[in-house]
Amino acid sequence: MTDLILSLNGVSLTLAGNAGHVDILKDISLSVRKGETVGLTGPSGSGKSSLLMLMGGLEQASSGQVKVLNQELNKMNEDQLARFRMRHVGVVFQSFHLIPTMTALENVATPLELAGREDAFARALAELETVGLMDRIDHYPSQLSGGEQQRVALARASAPSPDLLLADEPTGNLDAANGAAIMEQMFGLRDRKGSTLILVTHDNEIARLCDKTMAMNDGRLEQMEMTAL
Amino acid sequence: MTNWRVAIRLARRELRSGIRGFWVLLACLALGVASIAAVGTVRSNIENGLSEQGAALLGGDAEIELTYRFADDKEFQWMRENAIGVSEIIEFRSMAVTDSGDQIGRALTQLKGVDDLYPLAGEIQLDPPIALAEALAERDGVPGAVMHGDLINRLQIGIGDQFSLGKTLYQLNARLAYEPDGVNTGFALGPRTIVHADSLQESGLVGPGTLFSTKYRLKLPPEIDLEVFEAETKSALAESGLQWTDRRNGNPSARAFVQRVAAFLVLVGLAGIAVGGVGVASAVRVYLESKTKTIATLKTLGATRRTIFLTYLFQIGVMIALGVGIGIALGASLPWLFEPLLASRLPVPIKTAIPIQPLAEAALYGTLAGLAFSLWSLSKTGEIKAAELYRIGSTRLHHIPPPALLLSVIVIASSLVAIATLLSGAPQIAIWATAGIVASLLVLGLAASGIRLMSRALARSGAVRGRTGLRLAIGSIGGPNSDAESVILALGLGFTVIATVGQISANLNHAIINDIPKQAPSYFVIDIQNTQFDSFVATAQPLTGVNELNTAPMLRGVISQINGVNAIEAAGTHWVLRGDRGISYAAAPPEGTVITAGEWWTDNYSGPPLVSFADEEARELGLNIGDVLTLNILGREMDATIASFRQVEFEAIGIGFIMIMNPAAIAGAPHTHIATIYADDDQEENLFRAITSNFPNVTVISVKEGVARLAEILNGLAAAITYGSGSTLATGLIVLIGAAAAGERRRVYESSIMKTLGASRARILASLALRSTILGAGAGTIAIVAGGIAGWAVMTFALETNYQFEPVSAVAIVFAGGLVSLVAGLLFALAPLNASPARVLRSPD
Repeated sequence: MTDLILSLNGVSLTLAGNAGHVDILKDISLSVRKGETVGLTGPSGSGKSSLLMLMGGLEQASSGQVKVLNQELNKMNEDQLARFRMRHVGVVFQSFHLIPTMTALENVATPLELAGREDAFARALAELETVGLMDRIDHYPSQLSGGEQQRVALARASAPSPDLLLADEPTGNLDAANGAAIMEQMFGLRDRKGSTLILVTHDNEIARLCDKTMAMNDGRLEQMEMTAL
Repeated sequence: MTNWRVAIRLARRELRSGIRGFWVLLACLALGVASIAAVGTVRSNIENGLSEQGAALLGGDAEIELTYRFADDKEFQWMRENAIGVSEIIEFRSMAVTDSGDQIGRALTQLKGVDDLYPLAGEIQLDPPIALAEALAERDGVPGAVMHGDLINRLQIGIGDQFSLGKTLYQLNARLAYEPDGVNTGFALGPRTIVHADSLQESGLVGPGTLFSTKYRLKLPPEIDLEVFEAETKSALAESGLQWTDRRNGNPSARAFVQRVAAFLVLVGLAGIAVGGVGVASAVRVYLESKTKTIATLKTLGATRRTIFLTYLFQIGVMIALGVGIGIALGASLPWLFEPLLASRLPVPIKTAIPIQPLAEAALYGTLAGLAFSLWSLSKTGEIKAAELYRIGSTRLHHIPPPALLLSVIVIASSLVAIATLLSGAPQIAIWATAGIVASLLVLGLAASGIRLMSRALARSGAVRGRTGLRLAIGSIGGPNSDAESVILALGLGFTVIATVGQISANLNHAIINDIPKQAPSYFVIDIQNTQFDSFVATAQPLTGVNELNTAPMLRGVISQINGVNAIEAAGTHWVLRGDRGISYAAAPPEGTVITAGEWWTDNYSGPPLVSFADEEARELGLNIGDVLTLNILGREMDATIASFRQVEFEAIGIGFIMIMNPAAIAGAPHTHIATIYADDDQEENLFRAITSNFPNVTVISVKEGVARLAEILNGLAAAITYGSGSTLATGLIVLIGAAAAGERRRVYESSIMKTLGASRARILASLALRSTILGAGAGTIAIVAGGIAGWAVMTFALETNYQFEPVSAVAIVFAGGLVSLVAGLLFALAPLNASPARVLRSPD
């Protein structure tokens, strides 16, 4: 039990909408060990992204228990969750979500600065070098291609060496070549830093690269499969 | 510390994208601050001008004014011993009369008799440019005179023509182009005539009891300390009842007038700042909406609420500083640019400079208002959730900020009101004005919410089914993220100020032009000598058209002490204690008198002096029956005991005295009589001629002339305030345009969907126009209600007169509201009309 990084126990998520309450996630239980890679698959609207956000404390479960590094995220307030992510969780989005007013280097340095790291920019440079963007460090997001933006986002998420790296369809907005490059870099980073990687994807080929795959349908976890043990 | 450092770094990075998203905030603050700074700068420049030219405006280094008498030997001796030069001037109202044989012209004039030393300081300018002594000198036995141009025009005479004052004939030798010690900013009837004082001796105008004042202008040694000398003079001539003025404040009435008008304009400016504040709040809200994803990303990366709040507080703080800076620069430079125009328009001197205090005051108002209004919107940054990154709309914003921030907003807003009250120079007006602004904001806010709710309900009801354009217009007013509140607040407050001024101005004009003449006499007649009294009554009473003639004996006196204590110290600076007041005497209560307390004296009472005092003023002064007033009448002090209080209706514009004494107390003193004559309109001219021909020394004042002059002054003031309100309305327009610009993207999106569904461009345009018109007319309508309530409150409680709703300006304001909003809406309708639905809907982001 001690090597568990993440455990969800009977987790549900219900959101209030104009048309009434909608059950997004229904009674989900799972656990992930440290260093594992997990692929989350399922059709659109099945609840994959919501589940990922619950794991990162970006969303609060309506019921059940979400534990990361043995800490219950449900019991934390928004600021405590922010600090927790700063120390332990990195997130990569499908739409990159780089801050448009910051250069690539500044985007990557931001989480390190928030953590009070004196070497924020040196670390950020090193991360950008790892993803092959040394010639783009002073470029703004609008001056970068989609693939480059996602590499910056990846560098930003991995810069603080998070225990848990969450990726929400990281290749969804990219072409095949860029997508493959991103995945290669993501798994490479995970190997170097020993982070636990959980990624949401529609692509079964990518999912098969993970140690474990989980399939979602209509808010329920339907299938769990060990792929590469 | 880390929070601060990181927040500053993040803020700096965000600000690199420039100030594009902040133009509404900058324009609103800059305009509000600029108008207050400009008013403050002009006020300061006028005050500097008044101070610098204090001696010229006074006509000497110091002035001792006495009422209805000349200085006695003791007073003369004191002045001669202490001053290098003493100049004596006599001033009173009189009638200037021309006789061209077939036509006699008469006009009221403010007459000034001067000596050879006049003016001790400053310079009189005449047209033609001759010396004053030459203009006033006798030519062929006829003394000379100079006159203000208005009087020359009124009498239809030219240079070289003759006219008479009392029994003396004068020759007009020049037009009075500039009289440095004659700056008059208040209510004055009759333009100026200057003659040599010696020439008045035979005129019959300056007799015992005549209403005149003497002014002794002193030229003092340069090293003299005016404060010390003032105290010494008042002590040495303690029983003179003198009024003191010196070059430190050469024209107190002009200074007070400028300060009062400026204070009022600053308060109008504060309304502008409040409108600007609404614009700031709206601009900050729109800016933060555009930053939702950045904020959510920062939260994902571990930024706390505090870090994010500080990041955006710094950004907004920099923009507030920039807006205030632009406003100060504009406010300080506008008076420079318009100096020639101002100098030619204003009757007072101006010394152009960049004064620190008014600019600092404007900067403080702008900064505090900017902070108070932006904190409210900034408090929302903490509520934006990281989940916004993958599910737009997952954040539910609360309307009320957290308690600590709410407290900060209240403290900052209260400080703003307190500072405005303290610095305005008119604390009571400031408190009422700020209360009015706050109440208006509340009313407008509630009304805006009401309009939103009603629109939402109407959009969902069957009433607009089948009318897509109307439903879209109403739906966008009532729907989520509607800008209805900020538009109605900003535009509505601007219009409320204009509506209030319009209602008050219309009601005052109505009262002055219609109501006063209905109940007021045709003429006031003053300076009727004791010896003329019987023949005056015998002449005026039987004249055709005379309906009523009232007379009363009159002296003038100053209340110097109340129960042995200095009057000002005992009862404050009430208007009754400032300067001299009319005092009459009567054996029995005048007809219609209502005694409210105490008793009238018996017919033949001859004991110690008794006085009957006006009831309302007595209450304001805190007087009681039995209190002893020390009155200075013609330089002599007399103690009088209050025997009764009585109602005095000054509003009735008849004869009304604050004090009536028993005859034995003052009937022996030199005095004159005043009269009011009520006559038919068509007989007024004959009456005027009959009195002025038979009694050349008496002064006849036409109520119509006074009413016209008063209306002129009030209209001028109303115009100044309306122009001042212009900046408030301009700020409201900026907020309106800002809201239209901010909503443009949403309109483009809505229009694209409408086009996809088959709506024509005309239908979309009609819908957009309808939406703008509803908002603008709504703001105008609410402004009418708020302006009406404010107008009613001012007329009823401050001016204690009737209020009548004035519909013309009200309709104009609703119409203008709809129109400006429509124009602003149409300016931004082009993009929605030209939007390509395919391009917009394929990638709405």
